[in-house]
Amino acid sequence: MGFLDRDHSIAPPGFNRWLVPPAALAVHLCIGQAYATSVYKTALVKHFGASLTEVGVIFSIAIVMLGLSAAVMGTWVDTNGPRKAMFTSAMFWAGGFLIGSVGIFTRQLWLVYLGYGVVGGIGLGIGYISPVSTLIKWFPDRPGLATGMAIMGFGGGALIASPVSQALLKAYDPNSGAQGWVASGDAVGKLFLTLAVVYLVYMLFGAFTVRVPADGWRPAGFDPAKVKAAKLVTTENVSARNAIKTRQFWLVWVALFCNVTAGIGILEQAAPMIQDFFRQSDGKSLVSAAVAAGFVGLLSIGNMSGRFAWSATSDVTGRKRIYMVYLGVGAVLYILLAFAGSSATVLYVVLAFIIISFYGGGFATAPAYLRDLFGTYQVGAIHGRLLTAWSAAGVAGPLIVNGILDAQGKPGQLNAASYQPALLTMVALLVIGFVANLLVKPVDERFHEPRPERHETSHGGLK
Amino acid sequence: MSSTAHTHGAHEPVRKSTGRLVLAWLLVGIPLAYGVFQTLTQVAALFG
Repeated sequence: MGFLDRDHSIAPPGFNRWLVPPAALAVHLCIGQAYATSVYKTALVKHFGASLTEVGVIFSIAIVMLGLSAAVMGTWVDTNGPRKAMFTSAMFWAGGFLIGSVGIFTRQLWLVYLGYGVVGGIGLGIGYISPVSTLIKWFPDRPGLATGMAIMGFGGGALIASPVSQALLKAYDPNSGAQGWVASGDAVGKLFLTLAVVYLVYMLFGAFTVRVPADGWRPAGFDPAKVKAAKLVTTENVSARNAIKTRQFWLVWVALFCNVTAGIGILEQAAPMIQDFFRQSDGKSLVSAAVAAGFVGLLSIGNMSGRFAWSATSDVTGRKRIYMVYLGVGAVLYILLAFAGSSATVLYVVLAFIIISFYGGGFATAPAYLRDLFGTYQVGAIHGRLLTAWSAAGVAGPLIVNGILDAQGKPGQLNAASYQPALLTMVALLVIGFVANLLVKPVDERFHEPRPERHETSHGGLK
Repeated sequence: MSSTAHTHGAHEPVRKSTGRLVLAWLLVGIPLAYGVFQTLTQVAALFG
């Protein structure tokens, strides 16, 4: 398997660096399927005779494994390079679907937990961080644009997987024309098999297209001195082990955690929330279920486009300033949503769209922020550790929102005022994140790697 | 963006791999465009 080694993926002279973003996108578009599990959730509930919660655990395990594997495997990914990491991610992701399909065909839910949840979740984590440090090295002049392109794919993956999965379920189930149709377990099993094959091919395309730049490579016309001119951008390097000892890492962790928690609060409740905001005194909502579904789709596009647009903008504004926008402007928009959101549907939709674009932007800008603070040396590994903020927010966000809403009344009886405590709690979180981001200063030089050792180990022998 | 690149300090022109570049972007761009289109048709209900 030597062909997967970093040394075998070093770009030849004259390699076009614009081949690297589609390689990264190929992986992220595939693993982004994780956000499209609702397509077959009801079918699995019926097939296994399980509760919604029991089936929902599949997704929860996958997201927890994403955070854990990104944190644990980050250094391994940086050491072995993107090709081996993408290949490994493809094996785990496709393997997860295969094991999951066996669980579905044999009606053993625990096998789906193990397959999609544990094995697939490891593929998610490795796949998510696999192209990040490589893109940053290829695009030292535009790191935000480069990582934004890749991480946009994670948001876009669900947009592809949802309609494709629906079409395949219909094709695989002979009863798909029946009224009130719910896909059979057999159809979901076949869908899993199909996705395993398609994702394996796509991710291997990414693995064999990606290249790492040769030592000392830099884009024509790129002057590192200009980058250094920005106060927070370092030309030094900090190891992953040292990075987590710095105040800066934990301040960025808090900023990301607050931004993601606030965003998840809206995303989790998107469809019922818009209906509740426009509920009339007779208990009926002005917003139908179909319109609410359209709203959820619009938020997905906001999430995806924000990842690219805001991250690319951060190359011009600087990472700290763009996070001030995500968190500061975000807090103001949440207040507007809480007190004026119910005045007009258009206003509500515009506010929610911008808020979710900030949520996506926070994810996509994080790797470039880490590059600025800690250098390129082990930025992938540091990014992996930072993603534990995502896992924590994935638990905290729904807990906070659902807990507060449960105290306000029953689903179907809530109105705009019922959401104010939850939204104002999110405002408080965003203010905490804003202050944390404001406190970010350059990393103390005692954490910097000695220059000669860094040179020796920058392509593999991480110590 | 850049048309040349520094490698080990030497100027190396970027190879004319236009076909490969177009193919790579199409492979990811077409599914993404399909997904966005499908979602937008759903979003239309919001404004209809």
